[in-house]
Amino acid sequence: MKYIDEYRDARVARRLVAEIRRATTHPWTLMEICGGQTHTIVKQGIDEMLPDGVRMIHGPGCPVCVTPLEQVDKALAIAADPRVIFASYGDMLRVPGSTTDLLSLKARGADVRVVYSPLDAVRLAAATPDREVVFFAIGFETTAPANAMAVWQAAQLGLRNFSVLVSHVLVPPAMEAILSSPSNQVQAFLAAGHVCAVMGWQEYEPIAARYRVPIVVTGFEPLDLLEGILMAIGQLEEGRAEVENQYTRAVRRGGNQLARETVFRVFEVGDRTWRGIGMIPASGYRLKPAFAAFDAEERFQVADIETREHPACIAGAILQGTKTPLDCTAYGVLCTPRRPLGAPMVSSEGTCAAYHAAGRGLGPEPRPLKLLDDLQGGLGAGGPGAGS
Amino acid sequence: MCLGIPGKVLEVREENGLLMGRVDFGGVRKDACLAYIPEIQAGDYVIVHVGFAISRLDEEEALSTLELLREIGAIDQELATMGPGMEAPAVLDDGAPRQAVDAPSRPLATA
Repeated sequence: MKYIDEYRDARVARRLVAEIRRATTHPWTLMEICGGQTHTIVKQGIDEMLPDGVRMIHGPGCPVCVTPLEQVDKALAIAADPRVIFASYGDMLRVPGSTTDLLSLKARGADVRVVYSPLDAVRLAAATPDREVVFFAIGFETTAPANAMAVWQAAQLGLRNFSVLVSHVLVPPAMEAILSSPSNQVQAFLAAGHVCAVMGWQEYEPIAARYRVPIVVTGFEPLDLLEGILMAIGQLEEGRAEVENQYTRAVRRGGNQLARETVFRVFEVGDRTWRGIGMIPASGYRLKPAFAAFDAEERFQVADIETREHPACIAGAILQGTKTPLDCTAYGVLCTPRRPLGAPMVSSEGTCAAYHAAGRGLGPEPRPLKLLDDLQGGLGAGGPGAGS
Repeated sequence: MCLGIPGKVLEVREENGLLMGRVDFGGVRKDACLAYIPEIQAGDYVIVHVGFAISRLDEEEALSTLELLREIGAIDQELATMGPGMEAPAVLDDGAPRQAVDAPSRPLATA
């Protein structure tokens, strides 16, 4: 039995794009802060379907990309310790540190293991009491409930050989940092659907009001994104600045309260450095003092890290949306998915990886296959009111 | 990594004091922690992210999303990172062009 999904229906997509074109009377600049959304936008060419003057800027929504270089280097130092089994989400393995990466360490014999769920790292610790298990707890608010539960479970089980290297980042402070920058061009945001599934959208309401920006909680499929963009443009054209929810099938205003309770039992808000951007106050989570025993930074001596980014890497500008990979001299030449210089080329959610996978800027381009490959030609001929 | 995908809860059980469930993702079955959606029942759909259910879905909309992800190919990549034993490689896009999604000929159910 198959459902025909309205979120993949090309006729709905054509209607949405036609409505976006009908609704747009003014140039607008929008930003998404979600690696998954960036990936879909670039892969499906959604930014290329939009009317002239409507620009999508890809914000710092890739958690792998914004994990600070200091934390990556600490991870490498810990993973190199022969006592340690270093467990991590897969995407982090090829992120370049100052001199090497986790996958290279693994190749040289370090015990680095990919896990899908942080509970797998807890199980590993319980099963190998003679080894130190360290889990790299990165992510946005979406991942915090899982990472928090791992720490909570470890405490419940009385594990003494489990610790976490924490590097959580939060979306609303990043939004405010972008909006309060003197060079800001963003006029509306698409908010990350799964971040909001956990956190709800209440904390975006004061941002929308204070900066007069529409914020639309949006899903991840092509039609979710088109609908979210349409809703944002609708607000901009009408001079409204509210928080709206496009991703109604998964997100409620209050989010998941149980998940947040566990997060705030284990974590508290603290300052956090974002790779390529710098320190944003109160933009991350750290372990609460009660859980200091599970803090890998306390358990292992990893101070005095001197970090060094590759000189050709412009990841900072990419993550802030002031440049695209096409502005980068190393893109596709020195820096490729196989040999990345910086984080946005590593992660499947990174802007550079998305561009590279879609073949943008890589020479005589085969036109990338997209959801609505014949869309622009068909709409151009029809004019307003045409199409289904 | 941050992809949350919809799956159908087949059974609910307790393990080490945590509510766990067997979840079906279009034929592939994996465990997920249900502690954050304790009211869930077998037959319900959830969004699963890094092995945790974070939100409940309408069945109809969830199946639709599964269809879409399968067509785009992303779900195969995401499922490749899941599973016990955990030596799965990081999800990488090799840059190969993907098939355009076929437009179905059935009329829309809703606006």
